Amino acid sequence: MATTNDRFLLGTRKGLFDVRRQGGAWALGEPRLPGQTIAFAVRDPRSSSVWASLDHGHWGAKLARSDDDGATFEKTAPPTYPEHTGASAKYYWVIEPGPADRPGHVWIGTDPGGLFRSEDGGATWSLDEALWALRKEHAWQGGGRGEAGIHSICFDPRDARHAYVGISCAGVLETKDDGASWSYVNKGLVNVFDPGSTTDYGHDPHCVVIAPSKPDVLWQANHCGVFKSADGAATWQNLTQKPWIDFGFTVAVHPTNHDRAWLVPLKSDEVRTTVDGRLAVARTDDGGATWDLFREGFPSPAYDFPFRHALDVGADGDTLALATTSGNLYVSEDGGVTWATVSTSLPPVYSVRFA
Amino acid sequence: MLTVRLTPHLKRFFPVPDEVQVDATTLPEMVQRLDDLWPGLGFYVVDERGALRENVAIWVDGARLLDRSRFGEPVRDGAVVHVMQALSGG
Repeated sequence: MATTNDRFLLGTRKGLFDVRRQGGAWALGEPRLPGQTIAFAVRDPRSSSVWASLDHGHWGAKLARSDDDGATFEKTAPPTYPEHTGASAKYYWVIEPGPADRPGHVWIGTDPGGLFRSEDGGATWSLDEALWALRKEHAWQGGGRGEAGIHSICFDPRDARHAYVGISCAGVLETKDDGASWSYVNKGLVNVFDPGSTTDYGHDPHCVVIAPSKPDVLWQANHCGVFKSADGAATWQNLTQKPWIDFGFTVAVHPTNHDRAWLVPLKSDEVRTTVDGRLAVARTDDGGATWDLFREGFPSPAYDFPFRHALDVGADGDTLALATTSGNLYVSEDGGVTWATVSTSLPPVYSVRFA
Repeated sequence: MLTVRLTPHLKRFFPVPDEVQVDATTLPEMVQRLDDLWPGLGFYVVDERGALRENVAIWVDGARLLDRSRFGEPVRDGAVVHVMQALSGG
């Protein structure tokens, strides 16, 4: 979770950018790990270390970590699949530092669907076997990637043993016992792409976030619409309002107001560009009943959009950063109402995370 | 003994020379010897199952290894092995 408003990390196709607010402007600086594909980058506020997921393509997925707050990076041994799985890690999709009261606790979600956990700051990793067993039992299918992948990890700030993961395609799963067992929590979701699906699994959440100020509230941008839960994911409420509040990859929730959330609306599974060629941010202030569309500051037409990890909100709840598939970077300092262009010439951006 | 020529792309990650001699009779053994010399390099060429990565290309005496299921078969002593990245795009 963001602890600042004046610094965020961009994971891009050609390096990691450590973007800082300097005076009244945002400075990109020189890329770290230049030329390397950074699938995800996040700062661990407990240790001031910075994690980067590398996708080398030819040479496989790797991890790098900075122990001097982003100044220099070292390759670090990534999680590998145990032999009995027969699997190999293709992509480290999300890295989530654990709760404040569990220093060294870090989770990583991968394609092909494994959750890896470390209790020692990443020195050693272990596969969550209970979750992996469900993947095998229920034959999770791939989402945007070839195999099922874990892209969202939500820790409950009240209880370090309680967490959710979002998986394309399986859905949302919950553990109450620190990963020893998992339950599907997908009641109320819609699934139009899988005739064989059940209400339990087979869903395609694109991005799941938990409200820090009221952790029973979770928001979800799903392949089949927009959903919210107010009861700890026991049930999901369908908030879809076509055409704007429907398809999309990303969602962010205000750090202290669980009723305020932001989306970037896209047009349908079949089209996957902005609605009517107009980049917009949709914001609700009433828990998803009504939404305002904000476009001031965005170019028009615009067909590029943020991937699922490429929208984030700072600790103040007013500063947001959004970066796109075409390398455009925008920042808002008024809760998403107006947006300023920081760059139009970055490499494609995969992740945006406030430090 | 094999003569291994490594793509300069690996120099981004490891201080490898253009050419190195290793004592190996198969390609997996060759990867292990390279990993002994530059710890971690093996994981760039093969995955954790020991399979040749999909986009890594290997030539033995000028012939590309097209059938990846033959990765583990013996290689003649004295062979020249190229470890390259397969081209995938412009």
